[in-house]
Amino acid sequence: MSDTTSAPSRISDAFWRQPTILLLLLVTPPLLWLGIVYLGSLFALLAQSFFSIDEFTGLVRYEFTLKTYAELLRASNFDILIRTIVMASAVTIASAIIAFPIAYYAARYARGRWKAVFYLGIMLPLWSSYLVKVYSWKLILAKEGILNWFFETLYLSWILEAYLAIPVVGGNSLSVSWTGTFLVFVYVWLPFMILPVQAALERVPPSMLEASGDLGASSGQTLRHVILPLALPGIIAGSIFTFSLTMGDYIIPQIVGTSARMIGQAVYQFQGTAGNIPLAAAFAVVPIFVMGIYLTLAKRAGAFDAL
Amino acid sequence: MNLDIAEGEFFALLGPSGSGKTTCLRLIAGFEQPTSGSVVIFGEDATRVPPYRRPVNTVFQDYALFPHLNILDNVAYGLMVRGEKKAARRQASEEALSLVALAGFGGRKPSELSGGQRQRVALARALVLKPKVLLLDEPLGALDLKLREQMQTELKALQRRLGITFIFVTHDQGEALSMADRVAVFDRGHIQQIGAPQNVYDRPETPFVADFVGSSNVLPAHLVAQLIGETAPASLRPEQIHLTSADGKLSGKVIGSAFLGAATRLELDVEGNSLSVLLPKAASVPELDSTVHLTWDKDALHVMRGPDV
Repeated sequence: MSDTTSAPSRISDAFWRQPTILLLLLVTPPLLWLGIVYLGSLFALLAQSFFSIDEFTGLVRYEFTLKTYAELLRASNFDILIRTIVMASAVTIASAIIAFPIAYYAARYARGRWKAVFYLGIMLPLWSSYLVKVYSWKLILAKEGILNWFFETLYLSWILEAYLAIPVVGGNSLSVSWTGTFLVFVYVWLPFMILPVQAALERVPPSMLEASGDLGASSGQTLRHVILPLALPGIIAGSIFTFSLTMGDYIIPQIVGTSARMIGQAVYQFQGTAGNIPLAAAFAVVPIFVMGIYLTLAKRAGAFDAL
Repeated sequence: MNLDIAEGEFFALLGPSGSGKTTCLRLIAGFEQPTSGSVVIFGEDATRVPPYRRPVNTVFQDYALFPHLNILDNVAYGLMVRGEKKAARRQASEEALSLVALAGFGGRKPSELSGGQRQRVALARALVLKPKVLLLDEPLGALDLKLREQMQTELKALQRRLGITFIFVTHDQGEALSMADRVAVFDRGHIQQIGAPQNVYDRPETPFVADFVGSSNVLPAHLVAQLIGETAPASLRPEQIHLTSADGKLSGKVIGSAFLGAATRLELDVEGNSLSVLLPKAASVPELDSTVHLTWDKDALHVMRGPDV
């Protein structure tokens, strides 16, 4: 060995002898980002939720208290939580039901050009602005909108009117009803459900389904006992997206829907106009908490056993 | 093609990949529909019967065990979808597991088992339904040599004990010859020959069978005409050829030799045709480029008059 080797090659040699140093250099920057910037701000938020606001001065009192959490249970605030969780659940279930056949087709039957068409069809809506999509839905659902016109042309307005007369889900028009909010949520988050379900189904070898049929299972039994359990991790992964995105969103319910607020809107108002950062933080903790419970239950039910 | 398989027989479908043997098995299992012709199982037309109503079960090449179920539930799957009671299917599954020497493995997941053990689970899962015909699609393909030989013996013994028909797909001619009662040799979608292993080995009907089953030499028709006056290709097994002094039936130049352990294989050039000869261990190996004279056992030269000759 000559000792005339250049500096870069000596560094390279050192890395070769001590691979951990290289690994450390590689992962430190992202770890710092994740640890300080990302998790740090999250914990700052969590910490805020344990403070309270002085009702006379409107200033934050920096003392540990659970008072802000107790405030969440006040009827007007609790309604927001329930409303949001019910909406997020409904959106998740509907997305799963709509996504499954599409994902199944894409995973098992689409080949070559059709697979490309599938991906394009799923991804294309994601390329356009979220706001534009939501506003275009308002145009579709509004009283003077496309859907109304469609029903009128077919002399079927009475169906729409009968539906809008139903309490809770109905309203003056679809664009100011919970049904409208629900439809837009399902539309906007659907790709986030389809893609993981498709990925899960793609990993199921065809021989698995043949084996099920060979052992005497009808198509329905194969779906229930083999395909669904194996697709479940994908459905859970997709539901994490649809559920948490719905729980945190404040734009869609503001543009399409009733005046009743969801968690995202509450956070937006409390930290902004109302200046009640502790309550906004406490609201923001709810989705994290709900997702934690949801994933624990899913794990206990064996949703990740096939992973 | 036409294929008849007798009850209780160990039948091998042998051929290179893409020769149609697996398609043939899938037709019997019902995973594929014939464009024409029919599948008859025990006298009943099964052509339009879906797989889940056929009295046959399959052991898949990749075993196709369900990863989300434990071993016992995997084996009990067929009984479960049939609607058997929980206690009954548990007992039957445990019996099937002990049949393949895996008693006590029921609680594990497929991912916790070795390849050989998974293979046995796949076998137990098919056998628990007491099929009249068991289809095996290259079941030993993924196992290493030692385990494969062991499983060959076990499969054969199991088939004898249970007396059910085994239809076995393989590309390994040694496996087919050692296990099967009868063999069908496939090439490019056609059956080249059906017969007992001994028969297929000793009396191949086509050059393909001669070459594929035990790499026999195929002498071209003009050379055969020169030797015995018949214008048809003939097979000549390497181990039946001997080196001799000047008065041989043929002579050739040595172009290569390979030591195989129990024997040495010589590659010869005989009038532009390559010919291999298996020399016993004791024989002295001639030098490269030297000329050798050949003779062979009586009846060793087998004239082929198969369908595509």
